[in-house]
Amino acid sequence: MAIQVEHEIHKRRRGRNMGIGLLLLAFIGIVFGLTVVKVLQLGDLRKFETFDHVVRPQIVAETPETNVPLSEVSN
Amino acid sequence: MSDMSLHETTPETAYEAQMGDYFALLKPRVMSLVVFTALVGLLVAPVPVHPFIGFVAVLCIAVGAGASGALNMWWDADIDGRMRRTAKRPIPDGRVQPGEALGLGLTLSCFSVVLLGLATNWVATALLAFTIFFYAVVYSMWLKRATPQNIVIGGAAGAFPPMIGWAVATGGISIESVLMFALIFMWTPPHFWALALFVKTDYGDAGVPMLTETHGRRVTRNHVLAYCAPLVAVAIGLGFTSIGGWVYLAIAVFFNAWFLKGCYDIWRRDEAQAEADNYKVEISTFKVSLYYLFAHFGALLIEAALRANHIGGL
Repeated sequence: MAIQVEHEIHKRRRGRNMGIGLLLLAFIGIVFGLTVVKVLQLGDLRKFETFDHVVRPQIVAETPETNVPLSEVSN
Repeated sequence: MSDMSLHETTPETAYEAQMGDYFALLKPRVMSLVVFTALVGLLVAPVPVHPFIGFVAVLCIAVGAGASGALNMWWDADIDGRMRRTAKRPIPDGRVQPGEALGLGLTLSCFSVVLLGLATNWVATALLAFTIFFYAVVYSMWLKRATPQNIVIGGAAGAFPPMIGWAVATGGISIESVLMFALIFMWTPPHFWALALFVKTDYGDAGVPMLTETHGRRVTRNHVLAYCAPLVAVAIGLGFTSIGGWVYLAIAVFFNAWFLKGCYDIWRRDEAQAEADNYKVEISTFKVSLYYLFAHFGALLIEAALRANHIGGL
């Protein structure tokens, strides 16, 4: 008995499979779109940055004496 | 369909359910009304919503409504097969297995509720979950076969979408959203019973108690007028809230007068008069009821557009 690569079930279920494929793509699009919108609605992302074992000069407050950001001082 | 059944059927005899059959389980015509009213509820709210989040919210509400429709078809498959209007639905027609409808309904219910929760807020999500529960369990499983008032209480499920849309935007419930709910809730009985008076249904054969068959047509005519009176009060009252205005009130007064006149004419007639002119008044009042709902929610949209341009309101 010859092995058929294209079984008749593939033809019978083509419409369903295509539909499910499109629905999955739409779902990916929705999740991606929601992620983008939600992240953009957070505003300035630097407020979420914190120290991670190393000094992050860009998020250290400016020194009151000189009013110069520490990042500029250290460089 | 299991792998075993694949070997038992031949391509000539087997019917493979297509996407359209599964889509029909979601009651697309009901979904279109749900989308429209939910969208209005969302757009007239005083809090702006990002367009993409609004789109996802309305999609979730529509999918939730469709899921409850699939659960309804799963539960009612036995009586659907006995009525002409519903005999060609996917399950009684043999195109979809009952278990598939149950699986689809439960999956889409969970999907729509969880996604709405993640995309918006939990008040809107709780309302959507309750709506699905109400339609599938309270209406379909409990009331539909138990009382001739089934359409009144069950109509609440169809009235929730604008309230959910409003909650998506505001995160809460207010007098405006309650009145939008009440508008659809009070509109459903006269709309449906006007239809029941001129369409020869076979609900009785299926064991579903409808008012026209359990209490007769005279009582049904009384009910049409009785429900129309509070409907007018709700519809006009909505015009005096923050989402109403002169444009809404003008449209509401016109359509309420038109619909009330139709309901009064239905109440005044008896069966002999109705049969003499082939239910002309009942048919025309049913058509007016369709314009009625569209006009009220359309008027709310017009008011929202006017407010956005700093005109309108009272």
